[in-house]
Amino acid sequence: MASSKEEVTLLGAKESPFVCRVKIALNLKGVEYKYVEEDLLNKSELLLKYNPIYKKVPVFVHNGKPIAESLLIVEYIDDAWKHNPILPSDPYQRALARFWSKFIDDKVVVPARKAVFTVDEKEREENAEESLKGLQFLENEIKDKKFFGGEEIGLVDIAAVFIAFWIPMFQQIAGLELFTSHKFPKLYKWGQELINHPVVKESLPPRDPTFAFFKGRYESLFASK
Amino acid sequence: MAGESVTLIGLWSSPFVLRVKWALEVKGIEYQYVEEDLSNKSAMLLQYNPVYKKVPVLVHDGKPLAESLVILEYIDETWKQTPLLPHDPYEKAKARFWSRFVDEKCVPALITTFFKGGEEQQKAGQEVRENLKILEGGIEGKHFGGEKIGFVDIAIGWLGYWIPIVEEIVGINLIDKELMPKLDAWFHDFLEHPVIKECIPPRDKLLNHNKASRKVSTSSST
Repeated sequence: MASSKEEVTLLGAKESPFVCRVKIALNLKGVEYKYVEEDLLNKSELLLKYNPIYKKVPVFVHNGKPIAESLLIVEYIDDAWKHNPILPSDPYQRALARFWSKFIDDKVVVPARKAVFTVDEKEREENAEESLKGLQFLENEIKDKKFFGGEEIGLVDIAAVFIAFWIPMFQQIAGLELFTSHKFPKLYKWGQELINHPVVKESLPPRDPTFAFFKGRYESLFASK
Repeated sequence: MAGESVTLIGLWSSPFVLRVKWALEVKGIEYQYVEEDLSNKSAMLLQYNPVYKKVPVLVHDGKPLAESLVILEYIDETWKQTPLLPHDPYEKAKARFWSRFVDEKCVPALITTFFKGGEEQQKAGQEVRENLKILEGGIEGKHFGGEKIGFVDIAIGWLGYWIPIVEEIVGINLIDKELMPKLDAWFHDFLEHPVIKECIPPRDKLLNHNKASRKVSTSSST
């Protein structure tokens, strides 16, 4: 229900996988929006006003009403714009989509980041182990489906874009082997399909500058030791 | 609905299981309750929740679901009477936000306040108080969702029962009645609601159970 009076704004940071999730959702729905790049080292008044609790991006503002937390925003977008559904219509399938999206955040995203961006070696190793376990569950779950959402991308695919685009960069930066075609052939194939999907491709940040950004962060972490 | 089979696998002392019980009771859904022994997990639990091996697990006509907030939404979408989540997308997003806030921010801090000691405990206690203050700011009307029991009440009402028990055991004040009057009043109202009250585990039993698990935890840490 496109209305010329609708105000849609996304506060983000270009390297963020969480902001990317929201971009994919908006692009899937063909929603026009204003994008505001945040400097996370110098947070704007707007960000602090719209997300006082977490002070993070992404923050989505629809007609003056703000929402934080990427998966909540994606669900909101799906509720507010009904065409090109992101979640299935069947309640059980919806529940499974929510379950796996949360799983990805708790059991893959968190440990994968810690496996790279932690100074303590033991903690890095433990988190690498946990990431591998998480990825294995997803390998078992994707089976021979094109996407977690079936023939089209859905909530779980959007949540998992971190795996397909960011983990390969992180592992290259840290010299780790987490997500490879050897270890997870089915998931790897899924990842390739995902990053080549036209809407996802349009939403992803450019690889080289993003790589440079995280490499810089990684190096400064160990330089300050 | 004839022929429906609804089973809740749970633990009497778990607030996450209680959330699901509350939702089923508020909606008047008939279900079978199975008490799980987490020190000796049943084959059924491992089959139905292979990822986390935890409770609650809801099984509806043979289809299992884990993660209490996911289960709550499923219940709300499957049984339409007494809706828990608001209809408006923005209000829905807010309800989900508060529920997650409790799980992601309050629960870890509460666990640390309960199980740890010294400075770590003090710091965690302070964090719990700050989080509760944030919740205080989120309350509109009699219940979180307004006038009727809704999703957020069911998702976070248990704090009003568990936190005073934690306070009694560790001797740290968390719910400050002066700083959080609305929250305090709301917890009281919610826990007095007949359907809600009926499901709550007996206080002494829960107090002793938590005391015992704290003893085990603090004696087994080096």
